[in-house]
Amino acid sequence: MTIKKSLIEIRWHGRGGQGAVTSTELLAQAAISEGKYAQAFPSFGPERRGAPVQAFNRVDAREPVRIRADITEPDVVVVLDPSLLSKVNVTSGLKKDGWVVINTRKTAKEIKSEFGIKHRTATVNATKIAREKLGVSIVNTTMLGAVIRVTGVVAKESTHQPLEKRFGRLGERNINAMETAYTEVAIEEQ
Amino acid sequence: MTTRIGVEVSIAVADAVKLANPDVVAAYPITPQTHIVEHLAELVANGELDAEYIPVESEHSAMSACLGSAAAGARTFTATSSQGLALMNEVVYVASSMRLPIIMSVANRALSSPLSIWCDHSDMMSVRDTGWIQIITENGQQAVDNTICAFRIGEDRRVLLPVMVHLDGFNLTHVIEPIIFPGQEEVDRFLPPNNYPLPLNPDRPVAMGDFAPPAIFTEAKWAQEVNIRNSMKPILEVWDEFNRIFGRQYAPVEKYHSDGARVILMTMGSVSETASVAVDELRGAGQEVGQVRLRLWRPFPFDALRRAVSGADVLIVMDRAISLGGPGGPVASEVKAALYNLPEKPRVVSFVAGLGGRDITVTDFKNIIKRGVEIAAGGSPNEYEIYGVRE
Repeated sequence: MTIKKSLIEIRWHGRGGQGAVTSTELLAQAAISEGKYAQAFPSFGPERRGAPVQAFNRVDAREPVRIRADITEPDVVVVLDPSLLSKVNVTSGLKKDGWVVINTRKTAKEIKSEFGIKHRTATVNATKIAREKLGVSIVNTTMLGAVIRVTGVVAKESTHQPLEKRFGRLGERNINAMETAYTEVAIEEQ
Repeated sequence: MTTRIGVEVSIAVADAVKLANPDVVAAYPITPQTHIVEHLAELVANGELDAEYIPVESEHSAMSACLGSAAAGARTFTATSSQGLALMNEVVYVASSMRLPIIMSVANRALSSPLSIWCDHSDMMSVRDTGWIQIITENGQQAVDNTICAFRIGEDRRVLLPVMVHLDGFNLTHVIEPIIFPGQEEVDRFLPPNNYPLPLNPDRPVAMGDFAPPAIFTEAKWAQEVNIRNSMKPILEVWDEFNRIFGRQYAPVEKYHSDGARVILMTMGSVSETASVAVDELRGAGQEVGQVRLRLWRPFPFDALRRAVSGADVLIVMDRAISLGGPGGPVASEVKAALYNLPEKPRVVSFVAGLGGRDITVTDFKNIIKRGVEIAAGGSPNEYEIYGVRE
């Protein structure tokens, strides 16, 4: 799957401490290393551990990103923590042809009917993958693989160097987790 | 050798400071400036930057430490924001009066109260008359480049003034984006070692910041005024030299499709690029709209501004601060003063927007331009408008 437009805007939903901001940073660094233009930024202001948080990416394959306003109409939303689905309207402002990428054990069909999601949806059990590959249930790097597969926004290999730089000796495990999610993500047929 | 990487702008600014190889960093952390000084402290602690890092107990002490350091001839850096800049205010004046080339990043943030940690330009405006050179940047690259330029400008024998480099809090400081870093060798070529002419030295005593009776104070202020006015030429030379080496040109007033435009939007800081998208869209729809960005706040670029805007019919100035009980936007007020005596001048319309971190979108800028043209055509009882305010 790939999204075929120059500027792609992604909104990440997580809880404080789950690493949503790190995910955006790694994705932006991967895109920039490919010669693309990208931004990553948190929702500005104080954050509390465990509270719902958002973080954002803009990636443009061709032109410098000039817009510095909030992302209110994303092309993709990513949900790191499925418990947010009942708390936060994650599809708010999501473009009609946009994607929802969710960390869940459930199928796209189940999760869409449960939460009334109308958008195209991709699902992956990132918590299981993270537990197996990293030994913890922190899914931010795992979910990168799913997002990259759905969007084609960067080559998955471009995240290797940022992951290694960020996590040092744990880099390889994070790469494994990312690659596994890339393979296992279930992308809804149209 | 240059490198292009994705990095948080605060970290990039700290790395730019490292490239300038300062002798002393004295700073107190404050949101949203914190990552800049944290990273510098880390670089010093790791041995990657051979400098003295002075952790002080307040911003007032930070700037005071910088005074002593710069007076001893050390290359000196600090950074602050908002309340921190307000707290150090009295010492900020002393730095310029004593002709000390201290370089300071200001992560622009609203002033209390109500308490806001988010971006606007209230802090920048609170130090308007302090006699510092003030450069406004609108993206990470400009913040990095101008941090390096600031040392060269401030330490120039003809200048010897402190320089502030403004970058919007959060909207720039907390964004990861592509930054091209110049190589150390090129920076060393561009930026010679600091050679302060009269450093404090026990063997050759000098007096600084003396007591001035009425017979001399006016002359001291006039000397300062002549000095900062005359810094314009060296500033332009440094920017030209930077462009020759690094290929990025800066100017006091930067133009975007403004030549021949009937309506010009003037912006400063991180909203400028967003605004340029609105300008593109309106031009695409056939409107003769252009944009100018204010890069240099002090010394104020009177000539460059007049040349850039005097042919337009309408000049819409968007301030990110408010002069309470005054003319509205502080930059608009300055612009009006700069144009007042010209025979041919645009009608200046003042907007205040983006206070305390309120977002300004492409659509907002299109609305501002539309409303600005309406006000210019029909007149308005208001000196200025606050865009989007709920009454």
